[in-house]
Amino acid sequence: MDLTLHVWRQKGPKDKGRLTTYKATDISSDMSFLEMLDVVNEGLIKQGIEPIAFDHDCREGICGTCSQVINGDPHGPQARTTVCQLHMRQFKDGDEIYIEPWRSRAFPVIRDLVVDRSAMDRLMQAGGFVSVKTGGVPDANTILIPKDDAETAMDAAECIGCGACVAACPNGSAMLFVASKVGQLAKLPQGRAEAARRVCTMTDAMLEEGFGNCSNHYDCEAACPKGISVKFIAQLNREYFMALPKGHKEKN
Amino acid sequence: MPLKHVIRSAVGRKLFMAATGIILFGFVVAHLLGNLSIYLGPEGINAYARQLHQLGPILWIFRLGLIGAAALHVLFGITLTLESRRARPVAYIRKKHLRSTLAGRTMIYSGLILATFIVFHLLHFTFRAIGPQIEMLDGGVVNVYRMIVDSFRQVGYALAYVVAMVVLFFHISHGFASLFQTMGMNNEVTLPWMGRMSRIIAVILAAGYVSIPALIFLGLVIK
Repeated sequence: MDLTLHVWRQKGPKDKGRLTTYKATDISSDMSFLEMLDVVNEGLIKQGIEPIAFDHDCREGICGTCSQVINGDPHGPQARTTVCQLHMRQFKDGDEIYIEPWRSRAFPVIRDLVVDRSAMDRLMQAGGFVSVKTGGVPDANTILIPKDDAETAMDAAECIGCGACVAACPNGSAMLFVASKVGQLAKLPQGRAEAARRVCTMTDAMLEEGFGNCSNHYDCEAACPKGISVKFIAQLNREYFMALPKGHKEKN
Repeated sequence: MPLKHVIRSAVGRKLFMAATGIILFGFVVAHLLGNLSIYLGPEGINAYARQLHQLGPILWIFRLGLIGAAALHVLFGITLTLESRRARPVAYIRKKHLRSTLAGRTMIYSGLILATFIVFHLLHFTFRAIGPQIEMLDGGVVNVYRMIVDSFRQVGYALAYVVAMVVLFFHISHGFASLFQTMGMNNEVTLPWMGRMSRIIAVILAAGYVSIPALIFLGLVIK
């Protein structure tokens, strides 16, 4: 199939950037979206044009590196699918496809479709962890966890930290990402001990990093390649409410 | 946790938005129930107005509470929205709204229109600075029934109130469901029907309010 691509080209963080139109010809419907871009890039290199820079790593939908807004939809039109797992059979011959990077103040564009997502690493550093003593490996099943709690924590732990929630949110909020970490750790006895401090430090860090505020639009849940439920955002709010009487501890 | 920290936090301010939202929603429900006494004729609504004013200091406690809640709701609504606007300095060229609704995305506008309407409404019926000539009843009380009917016979007033209540529908249709999520009272069972329930409640409230100016203007039922 033949396609017309409108791709965001931006030389560097300071460059203004603009959409550039390219033709993608002889594309197989069995190709993944990234393979299609590989083919386009080979053509660009042959013509002496700088290839399109885009993030990718595992190409099997688990690393959370690929990050493209395709026709206004983070990770493209197929639900619960990352860009690397999106296949060209989702498109028709002659389609026009707009490809843009994640747009957020917290994610500055480095080049073309590549953005700097280290703001999410700093959110994790603010409290997305469990403090444990290092040493010997503890015996299995010394802490018993009810099956339902383990399942819910696993649902939250599906988050691959790609940032599609931020890209989809009309407010550029990272609430679903933070909620999945808060929800996952608060459900488990190991994480419960620091739950109150975690919800405060992580939500504060979200504001400091320049993410927007959640106003319950739920575009994040629809865009999430892992289908993380917004029920975890309700849980985050509940955790914050319960943390109020406990007093705010200093950050680690 | 110190209050200062709660107010600085985005989630903390959202809790205030939800709490003041509950207060304002309660007022919208109570005000509608009071207004519906107009269907009992002049005796109905005039008696309601008289009883309300006899509450004296209690009425003022409610009024001050409402003014405080409304002020906080507007203040935090504006600051939260401005922060969110700053979070996306470069807009998308193509953007799909996957789940969000028009009502949800325009809360700041519907809110500001409602705030303007409240000022207009107070000038109209509370301070009686605008609107048709007022008729006084025996004992120096206003004939509330005549005041309402005379106003809504005029197309301008009737239309302004109907438009404002359509805006109220938009605001509540997102706001009611939203406050449950912000208060943390949502899970996988409630989430699927929360949005629908919110729209139904918003329709009922808006229809109740709209019925009064609409019927008076058309000269039906309330004459």
